[in-house]
Amino acid sequence: MTVAAADPATTDQDLKAAEIRVAAANRAVQAREKRGRWGLVSPAMIIIALFGIGPLLIVLVYSFLEAGTYGGVKWNFTPDAYVQFLFEKDLFDDTHLIFTYSYLQIFGRSIMLAGITTVICLFLGYPCAYFMATRPPQQRAFWVFVITLPFWTNLLIRTYAMFVILRDDGIINNALMNAGLIASPLQIMFTDTAIAIGLLYAFLPFMVLPLYASLEKLDFRYVEAGYDLYATRGRVLRRIIIPLTKPGIVAGSILVFIPAIGAYVTPTLLGGGKQLMIGNLIALQFGSSRDWPFGCAAALILMVMVMIALMIYVRNTSRGGVVHG
Amino acid sequence: MADAALTATPRGRKVNLRRQPGFATLAFFCIAFLYAPIFILIAYSFNDSRSVSQWTGFTTDWYAKVFENNEIKAAAWNSIQIAGVATIVATIVATMAALATTRTRPWRGQTATYMTINLPLMVPEIVTAIATLIFFALLFNGLGVNFGIGNLMIAHTVFCIPFAYMPIRARLEDMDKTLEQAAADLYATPWQTFRRVTLPLMMPGVTAGATLAFVVSFDDFTITVLLAGPGQSTLPIYIWTSLRRGISPEINAMSSLLLLVSILLVTLSFIIGRRRK
Amino acid sequence: MADSDAIEVRGLTKQFGNGADSVTALDNVSLSIRQNEFFTLLGPSGCGKTTLLRLIAGFELPTRGNVLLEGQSVVHLPPNERPVNTVFQSYALFPHMTVAQNIAFGLEMRGRPRKEIDGTVEEMLALVQMTGLAARKSSQLSGGQQQRVALARALANHPKVLLLDEPLSALDLKLRQGMRAELKALQKRTGITFIFVTHDQEEALTMSDRIAVMSHGKVQQLGGPLEIYEQPVNRFVADFIGDTNFITAAVETSGDGMVACRAASGLSMLVAPVGEPATGDSVTLALRPEKIQLKPGGTAQVELSMYVGTDTSYEIRLPDDSRMAVRLQNALDGRPAFQVGDAVSVEVSPGAARMLLD
Repeated sequence: MTVAAADPATTDQDLKAAEIRVAAANRAVQAREKRGRWGLVSPAMIIIALFGIGPLLIVLVYSFLEAGTYGGVKWNFTPDAYVQFLFEKDLFDDTHLIFTYSYLQIFGRSIMLAGITTVICLFLGYPCAYFMATRPPQQRAFWVFVITLPFWTNLLIRTYAMFVILRDDGIINNALMNAGLIASPLQIMFTDTAIAIGLLYAFLPFMVLPLYASLEKLDFRYVEAGYDLYATRGRVLRRIIIPLTKPGIVAGSILVFIPAIGAYVTPTLLGGGKQLMIGNLIALQFGSSRDWPFGCAAALILMVMVMIALMIYVRNTSRGGVVHG
Repeated sequence: MADAALTATPRGRKVNLRRQPGFATLAFFCIAFLYAPIFILIAYSFNDSRSVSQWTGFTTDWYAKVFENNEIKAAAWNSIQIAGVATIVATIVATMAALATTRTRPWRGQTATYMTINLPLMVPEIVTAIATLIFFALLFNGLGVNFGIGNLMIAHTVFCIPFAYMPIRARLEDMDKTLEQAAADLYATPWQTFRRVTLPLMMPGVTAGATLAFVVSFDDFTITVLLAGPGQSTLPIYIWTSLRRGISPEINAMSSLLLLVSILLVTLSFIIGRRRK
Repeated sequence: MADSDAIEVRGLTKQFGNGADSVTALDNVSLSIRQNEFFTLLGPSGCGKTTLLRLIAGFELPTRGNVLLEGQSVVHLPPNERPVNTVFQSYALFPHMTVAQNIAFGLEMRGRPRKEIDGTVEEMLALVQMTGLAARKSSQLSGGQQQRVALARALANHPKVLLLDEPLSALDLKLRQGMRAELKALQKRTGITFIFVTHDQEEALTMSDRIAVMSHGKVQQLGGPLEIYEQPVNRFVADFIGDTNFITAAVETSGDGMVACRAASGLSMLVAPVGEPATGDSVTLALRPEKIQLKPGGTAQVELSMYVGTDTSYEIRLPDDSRMAVRLQNALDGRPAFQVGDAVSVEVSPGAARMLLD
């Protein structure tokens, strides 16, 4: 009536044999899996390790070397590059160091510009993302595509387009002058304002997409509950919708801040060499200034700032926030 | 949030609970803000005068000039070469990496692998640019090795890999795992399963990834400009050097063409990626 | 015995995870499945039936034990080397291939000649009544049609054993009932051994030659549908299959033949003894609602009455305030025999109640 009763002796014997075969099969499968995995993933890892991580390590090393006379480095270890960041050597007395804030100013400007850009992106991007998230489901992919498309076009060209508009002889000034609102052109170009506008233009999609992802997941019943409890539209927005989309806000902010602080094309084109950001400073050391170690040091400080921002981002998303990428 | 929720107010009017005042306006402003400069740029590439801010008349002369310009042709050829090689290598390598890292049980070295693959995305472009510059300078001075335009190809491949990887990985994660079990149940060897089931179903992701990698390489400026030597100009670099000489509608025309290429490719990638959902 | 069995599993154990977090999905299961049999693994989710199926198919390797196909050990072989085929719960049809290509797949993998493949595909399409739909893709098929294609795809390879993993669970009721008859007929016609996994006991009872009722990784009972229903060995099987009243009773007389047991409610029943119960022992009896007779007048009272068309289900309150479910066929004119509030007495024929092991 119940289970088949087999001969105990053969059962034990062939169970053992089966066990051996299973163990062998198991080992073979696992070994093949492991080999396969490492084999498949290694080309990518090797290329990136060799040509991505390697160069970064060289940058680290170079930042502690002495600058060569015509560019390049002399293999002589010194923290001069980092010292140079904060101090200048007195012309007359080599050992006397004068505190200089010109480089700090550049870093400060970069942080400020990146910060302002992030805030404006947030104020503009939130309504935009909200609008997208409240479209009918079939339409949403279209809106996502519309917002994402500029991101994939050439940054140089887009910044150039902005340049054309903002310059003294540009669209804005001409329109204002033709309308008789101003007498002489507004000096927009080559100011911090121009750079901020350029950064805003470049990175707005980076803010909208995470916000959209967060808003789309929002359970609208929370909003309904708010209305049910006599909240006004404004209060519902402030006290229900925004707090619930906090993960998206943090993600978007970080995703704008990081590239903004390391921007190069935008300040170069719209800052005209007068308003420097960190990116320009670094590039300069490999151009006319020919101070490689200093450039490497500045690059490393930039990397540290980026990594701090990244860690905030990772901690925020792993706590069950927006899944990005 | 799904469809618009309508409620009746005491006065009997239908109210859209999801509407926030001014948001739609701001949204359209954002989109206008993003696209207006592009449209202006394209519009002025047809401008019948050297000015890029006063409209005088319609002409396609500037486009004709672009197509006659030999420097542009050389730069375009460089761009295509570099993007082509970088795309092919990056896509193959990213496909292999995606196959190895998706749909598996957690394994040792997983985090390190993800971080490595995504590394180029996290490092600011200017830092990558100088790092690569130093690297190849060291290679040349120390070992006498110089790949010429190959240097650029290598540098581009590095940052193309994560861009190719992401759509492929997304596609693989979406794939039903039981399909491969079914194939094995029907006597397919692991290789046959890959060739007849996994690969065909993965292709939209691979194509989308390759297209993205190509666009990103084609459009790159910062890394390329710091690394390129003489005769290694790409289209973005050509635009840049022209800008230094002074703006002209020729640049507008050139830029418009580049924009068109990017837009076409990205649209294609998007459509392919959404097929067979 | 061994050579004529289609499948035999011996001491099969499967543990997932290791150390303190390990889950034992299958616990030392041994059973044999005969040739040409429609064999069902029945149980609630988590009982191990799907794990057992997957071990037979080859998608998992066991922690311990052996799997034999027609006497040969296949436990170490990967699925593509075992002559068994599976119909998956989600059908797993290849979305980028047509119906015909799906069905042909296994044959192509084995390198059969083109003519043979084409012929078999036609044959299979006819077998599952899908002729003419060969060029469709799976996204263009209904759920029922997809299921037939999945069947055809598996059967095309003339496997020794066909494994079906809850194949009817995604279909709606009418379709499911139709497919039960079709599957049964298909099995008889092809003569292939079917191993069917389900949690639906009605399905198991209607389709199977033998059923293995499983719970917590063990086989609770193995037997034909009648045996399982009429003679459940323990509380789990009695409870899982059909409805049962569980009655705690004391043994009054013991000896050969039937044993008299008296419940707290005063109800006295003659049951066949299981084990060797002594007088005064407390035992659990399983009594099916349809095996109880009600006579008008008595110490019990009808509390609830639920009309079910062919029968009426009653809930009876006994003198000790315990409840009993009773199911009686309605009279020919359709009217229920009793109303709520009627006083009734309960009668149980000898052997109607079963003594349980636990």
